[in-house]
Amino acid sequence: MNDFSVIGKSIAMVDAAGKTTGAGKYTDDLSLPGMLVGKILHSPYPHARIKHIDTSRAQALDGVVAVITGADAPNPYGILPVGHDETALAVEKVRYVGDHVACVAAISEEIAENAIELIDVEYEPLPAYFDPEDSMKAESDLIHENRPHNIEKDYHHVFGDLDKGFTEADYIAEGRYIANEVTHAAMEPHSTLANFELDPHTGKLGRLTVWSSTQVPYYLQHKLSLVLEMPMSQIRVIKPLVGGGFGGKSEIIPLEIIAAVAARAARAPVKITYTREEVFWAHRGRPRTIIDLKTGVKNDGRMTAVACKVIQDGGAYCSYGVVTILYSGALLGALYDIPNIRYDGYRVLTNKPACGAMRGHGTVNVRFAFESQMDEIAATLNLDPAEMRRVNLLKPPTVTVNGLRVLSYGLPECIDQVVTRSGWKERKGKLPKGRGLGVACSHYVSGAANSIIRSDMPHSTVNIKIDRDGGVVVYTGASEIGQGSDTMTAQVVAEVLGCEISRVKVIAADTDLTPIDLGSYSSRVTFMAGNAALRAAEDVKKNIVSAAAKRMNCAAEEVIMRDGHVWKASTILSDLNPTLSDSLKEQEAARGHVDGQILRGSVLQTRKEEGPKEHMSFEEAIVAAIDFHGALTGTGSYAPPVAARGGKHKGGGVGPSPAYSYSAQVAEVSVDDETGEVTVHKVWAAHDCGRALNPVAVEGQVIGSVWMGLGQALEEEMVWKDGLLMNPGLLEYRSPSSAESPEIECIIVESIDPEGPFGAKEAGEGSLAATIPAISNAIYDAVGVRLREAPFTPERVLTALRAKKGMKRIEMTESVDPTAPHKLREHGGSLWFRGKGPMRHPLDPARQGTNAGSPTGGAE
Amino acid sequence: MKKELIELRINGRTHELAIEPNKLLLDLLRQDLGLTGSKRACDDSSCGSCTVQVDGVPMLSCTLLAASCEGQEITTVEGLADHGGLAALQKAYGDFGGAQCGFCTPGFMMTVRWLLANNPNPTEDEVRQALSSNLCRCTGYSQMYQAIRAVIDAEQRATPTELVGAK
Repeated sequence: MNDFSVIGKSIAMVDAAGKTTGAGKYTDDLSLPGMLVGKILHSPYPHARIKHIDTSRAQALDGVVAVITGADAPNPYGILPVGHDETALAVEKVRYVGDHVACVAAISEEIAENAIELIDVEYEPLPAYFDPEDSMKAESDLIHENRPHNIEKDYHHVFGDLDKGFTEADYIAEGRYIANEVTHAAMEPHSTLANFELDPHTGKLGRLTVWSSTQVPYYLQHKLSLVLEMPMSQIRVIKPLVGGGFGGKSEIIPLEIIAAVAARAARAPVKITYTREEVFWAHRGRPRTIIDLKTGVKNDGRMTAVACKVIQDGGAYCSYGVVTILYSGALLGALYDIPNIRYDGYRVLTNKPACGAMRGHGTVNVRFAFESQMDEIAATLNLDPAEMRRVNLLKPPTVTVNGLRVLSYGLPECIDQVVTRSGWKERKGKLPKGRGLGVACSHYVSGAANSIIRSDMPHSTVNIKIDRDGGVVVYTGASEIGQGSDTMTAQVVAEVLGCEISRVKVIAADTDLTPIDLGSYSSRVTFMAGNAALRAAEDVKKNIVSAAAKRMNCAAEEVIMRDGHVWKASTILSDLNPTLSDSLKEQEAARGHVDGQILRGSVLQTRKEEGPKEHMSFEEAIVAAIDFHGALTGTGSYAPPVAARGGKHKGGGVGPSPAYSYSAQVAEVSVDDETGEVTVHKVWAAHDCGRALNPVAVEGQVIGSVWMGLGQALEEEMVWKDGLLMNPGLLEYRSPSSAESPEIECIIVESIDPEGPFGAKEAGEGSLAATIPAISNAIYDAVGVRLREAPFTPERVLTALRAKKGMKRIEMTESVDPTAPHKLREHGGSLWFRGKGPMRHPLDPARQGTNAGSPTGGAE
Repeated sequence: MKKELIELRINGRTHELAIEPNKLLLDLLRQDLGLTGSKRACDDSSCGSCTVQVDGVPMLSCTLLAASCEGQEITTVEGLADHGGLAALQKAYGDFGGAQCGFCTPGFMMTVRWLLANNPNPTEDEVRQALSSNLCRCTGYSQMYQAIRAVIDAEQRATPTELVGAK
């Protein structure tokens, strides 16, 4: 069926042994002679002016080599060109509890920590904003002076004719949904090691090398260049193994710049590794999102119009915010056929750690609202929720009303698969009391068609070098972060060159060695770096084939490379004949080949002795090609086609992708009526990844996405009080352990994308978004309550159950559901951290009825 | 803090070390001995990435004083290899996708090794309970179960043959 040797087969990651033996090196595992330890002083205030910093006492401490503050590196930067609002260390103002104020580089961690205590900072506290809807009303004490009303960015898009769409509707559903803030909590804390070399010509500090836990070495190199005022050519960024990213390492985290600035000041290598608490403050996770959604449908469930207003609590800096708020709107399209869409998105600044990109960037929370509302509509109109999704399918190839081009579209098969496997038709609505099934769908981009720094350069480039030893060395800027990027690259190259994967060595993510690649985010690697690898391999293959053709006395078109052999097409049939294949191996052994290695002398000799051949080994073909062509190199690059780059409207650059993945899921849950606890028993997840290049890795990505969605659905939530994170630890953050994790059945659907490498699309993110609504819909099926605020913690479920029964309301939740309780988690807050708080903003509702207006007040 | 001289048995070798009495075992392994396989991920014994075995029992080295381990046999992930090659469990974790980013993997290796040493044929529930001491953010644990099951199955298939061979 599939005629491939390497791809499509489950193989261990090429770097697996280093991970299971502990031999693999992550950034914090590295050290250099004379290396110093950096420790960072963070702001205790959510919003304050820095009046004065005195570092003299810290500097005087024995063992301290350098102390740096904002003045040492005041150039602003940010991951987006429109959002250069950060500095490595605070200049003038701090904007969240945990903002970076100063850094000490010392000969030991203990001394650095002691020195931090000796830095005296005088702050002038300012009114702080914690709730996005309050923050939007702000007139004074803005978080950034150039952002009126603390609105980072707002977009208002209308596609189609909204009024007509809602007029045509037989039924219109409206509701407000909230998804609370979650973070990546990747197992590896951020870590950076920076080292300057002395320039032999000037005798001063010269080139900088930075090892960092990053998903985007090229962007780090770019921002280091901006802040340090050094040319990019003088900066080398190396990405060692990365212990998980999920988007949290897809932009520049302050310590990455701070380490370099500290190394410059200390004239010595400096390593900074965040503590787990610092990782939570660094954050850049998924923002708390308030979604007002209105959907119009015909009686058969067909959607006529969707109006969606989204407010995102973006935290104190822009980060990826502008992209996040655009994704939230753009990816309303490309899943279902929606003829008319209105989208109003507000990215709002608050005095909390900045939110950024997290797995399923921008789409997850809106998808929760959308799929939940579809379920509500299906319940009202008495439709099967799975059927309702079927009547709204796109008819590809197509371009959606908001300009997204869809070619391959495996969603129908995904729905069929989960409906069949879960026994949906037989079991839905017929399970025992307290147990239910829910369905939901999602999709995601296979890389953004437009890069965040607009340019015409290719998004990915891959170089290949093959030398006489027959080793294939692939140079790629794509960042392996655990998702299997290096393995995918090796597989693609091995498949094209027809060689064993063990022959391929991938050198990745080192800006001195590897060509520019935009990095690992927005699920772009397989599609874009994969295509570039494919083209690079084809480029180098041309020379091998032409040399082999000469040696075998045939046309180049007749040469076939496969399984470590080079064949004439006329003899390819013998590939099916195992005995011939075996006899070839014997010949190889006789000629002095051992385990894919080549004894050069013997080949050179046999080459002279033999006349035209019917076949050659891979090594012989390589030697022949180098003899004919000289050095054997190939290069390939990928830029998304113009047709896939989307509409011309403002903000239209975000959302378009060369291909979209599709996912459908059914979740089975039970709900404890007494405690409100939700147990997920099983999730069936079908994912259309185009083609599974490495099925075990695809399953791992899909299962991991579903599992992460499950965490956001049931337990994970960043809890704030006056801008102070209440649960900055892995135990308190409560991501699910093995004891709470259900069975997840992954079903791979292959739609073979016409433009993907061997038809492949993304697999790493798209499944996450469907899990949350699948679970909320299953809860509704189980106990008849609709949870419109995630996560669905026992408190929220119990209060909703009590409200449904007309019991006395439990006053512990804040919610949008009129039947649901008042306050569960505090997002504005009434208590002040350690009683040291500033004046509350007059519009902060928490101020009313309390004495929290005074600096020491409110600390009850 | 004044250093003291202690002797530690780590992966079958004796090391004489001068350390501060408040030195944590994890820091000693990573900083003094360069055994960086054990990872620091949470600082507060909630994630299991730093798990080592002390006299065969999984312990969290991030909250264990190095000096308290004198006279005990410490095994780290670096001591798991099977005659210099991958142990069956290490190989299976690679084959079945039990490790993605790999940062938590050394900790899981130590926990699972203890589980299989003490309970050669655990039920699925016993595996889940045992693994709940360690956190992973990538895999959702499912492929780890497959890897562990494969090791158990291979072990069970191998045992009768060995017995026959021994006769």
